[in-house]
Amino acid sequence: MKQSQFWFRLLNNDWAGPALISILAVVVISILQPSFLSPFNILVLLSAIAVNMVIALGQLVIIGVGQMNLALGTLGGLVGVCFVGAIEVLGLPVPVAIILGLTLGVLAGMANGYIIARTGISAFIITLASLQIFKGINLGITKAQPFYGVPDIVKQFGNTAVLGPIPWLLVPMAIAAVGLWYLFRRLRIGRCILALGGNRQAAELSGIDMVGTVIWAHALSGLLAATAGMMLVARLQIGQPTIGDDWLISSFAAPVIGGAVLSGGHVSVAGTFFGVVIIAIITQSLVLFSIDPFAVQIVLGGLILWAVGINRLREWRLTKMAAQGA
Amino acid sequence: MSDKPAAAEHGRSRAVAQVLLSNEFGLAALIVLAVIIFSIMLPGFTSPFSLFTLSRQIGIDTMIGLAMMAAIVTGGLDLSVGAIGACAAMFFGFLLERLGLPLITAGPLALMFGSLLGGINGSVVVRSGVHSFIITLASMSIFFGVMVFLTKAEAFNGLPSEVTAFGRMKLVGPVSVLLVTTLVVSAGLLILYRLTSLGREMLAVGANARAAELSGVPVGRTIIACHMLTGALAALAGLMLTARTGAAVPSMAGHLGQDWLLPAFLAPVLGGTLLTGGRLSVIGTLLGATFVAVITSGLLLMRVSEFWVQAFLGFLLLFAVLIDKARHTLLRQRGMV
Repeated sequence: MKQSQFWFRLLNNDWAGPALISILAVVVISILQPSFLSPFNILVLLSAIAVNMVIALGQLVIIGVGQMNLALGTLGGLVGVCFVGAIEVLGLPVPVAIILGLTLGVLAGMANGYIIARTGISAFIITLASLQIFKGINLGITKAQPFYGVPDIVKQFGNTAVLGPIPWLLVPMAIAAVGLWYLFRRLRIGRCILALGGNRQAAELSGIDMVGTVIWAHALSGLLAATAGMMLVARLQIGQPTIGDDWLISSFAAPVIGGAVLSGGHVSVAGTFFGVVIIAIITQSLVLFSIDPFAVQIVLGGLILWAVGINRLREWRLTKMAAQGA
Repeated sequence: MSDKPAAAEHGRSRAVAQVLLSNEFGLAALIVLAVIIFSIMLPGFTSPFSLFTLSRQIGIDTMIGLAMMAAIVTGGLDLSVGAIGACAAMFFGFLLERLGLPLITAGPLALMFGSLLGGINGSVVVRSGVHSFIITLASMSIFFGVMVFLTKAEAFNGLPSEVTAFGRMKLVGPVSVLLVTTLVVSAGLLILYRLTSLGREMLAVGANARAAELSGVPVGRTIIACHMLTGALAALAGLMLTARTGAAVPSMAGHLGQDWLLPAFLAPVLGGTLLTGGRLSVIGTLLGATFVAVITSGLLLMRVSEFWVQAFLGFLLLFAVLIDKARHTLLRQRGMV
């Protein structure tokens, strides 16, 4: 009985499996390729993790409310381009440009959320439309040419370390991750998002403001997309219009690996973090072992399928154990 | 008894109202309007070259829309249409250029390859019980990744001249043979969904899977068949695009085939296909793609930048679903649905 309790609790932890796999992967790869643990490589790895974690969190919020956000990447790209454009063309100081970028992200997210909640049309189709709108505006502004005028302070932020191999980029990521964890655990809005995602009817019957919650979730997602877009500008040192084009798959892969239920109501910030870590390690090791970088697409797709399978298996075992009265 | 003529009258006005409020009628009216406006404003719009390009575009975009429509009818979707289209086109190029197969065998083989990929999607969706969104999200990454891995992202440029000739061929004045192909396929799909039991079952499963199962429809097999049809149509769209370009290019549908997503959803949604499944319109999809192609071509002739046209198409999708929603509310209020 005690042992089954123990297993039940371990299985109940979303992050246990992915964390174990991350550690195992680090050990195996560093034995095969010792340069994996060089300070420089760790810095690069952590920078990638930082940006991808913020991207994944942007999707995680929307998965929590039981929807999806296809426009995450193009919004991030649009904000990234506008951020550099505001500095280069309008000559705004960096902090003002950052606030401008974040505001743009929040407003665009709120617009998505408002239309979805008010009309009841599926989030898929609304965010598909806004994906196209954001991309079109992005290319219309930039004419598909990058902005090169990224100020030095932004470049430094994206490419230097706070301490040892820990990049500055990890700071916004840590704030976002802890903030979101706290939001889902303690704040009313976070509980509302999960309640609405878990059981919409029950949530509405218990008086949760459906429209407000959906708008908040999308605003938060927009904020995170904007943050990630600007972080990527700092890392790439260039206002690339193609930023965000490849976020779609990985933004879903990491939360799903971390045990998020796609129909909503159940997400894990820690699990998502280890999901991001696993993806980053795989991407890095493909480079280290000089395998075709496009193989990462195959691996990502495979990981999603594998994680979906594992999650279903776990759900099934949990319900079985619960039925036995464990 | 005295109610009868009134009821008939009511029925007739209802039928008229339904025709007038239907997507097909609205779209046809919009297309006529747009064509009239553009031909007055832009002298180049009705030139044979412009009409030929337009008909090619309509042919390809409709085919992409039909491919997605075949998956939407189950209440699911297929994000991997672009990836399947690109994979099938590359397979086609491989068969022609490397294996030297004749066109007559390479074409059908490429279509079968597309439907095989669609079948993989379908059977994973059915077996796992996971929504097709996440399964096809994974498979678009896998299909595209494997294709780029195998082809090393290099195009097949040395296709037989017949392929390019087919892309340039005109039938009946300036109408591209690609549009004629699409019309023939559309007619086939109309027959499938209207007259055959398989098509009926596809609609029934999409409308209400449980009810369909209880009345003896093999739900799983039907869903797989829908996805196979999607795969085959996506492959055909890929081949048509290859004929237009004259080469099989891995990036023909953008990164992971994402560039096809908007045309794939725009045409069926404009045409009145329900995203929740069970209701579709082949003619609506054709008209939807036609409307989009006419507007795009007009805007480009007006020298609007291609990038702003992209943003405009996003707004168009948004307005289309909003108007559709309003129309439904109106119909329900009047008790017409």
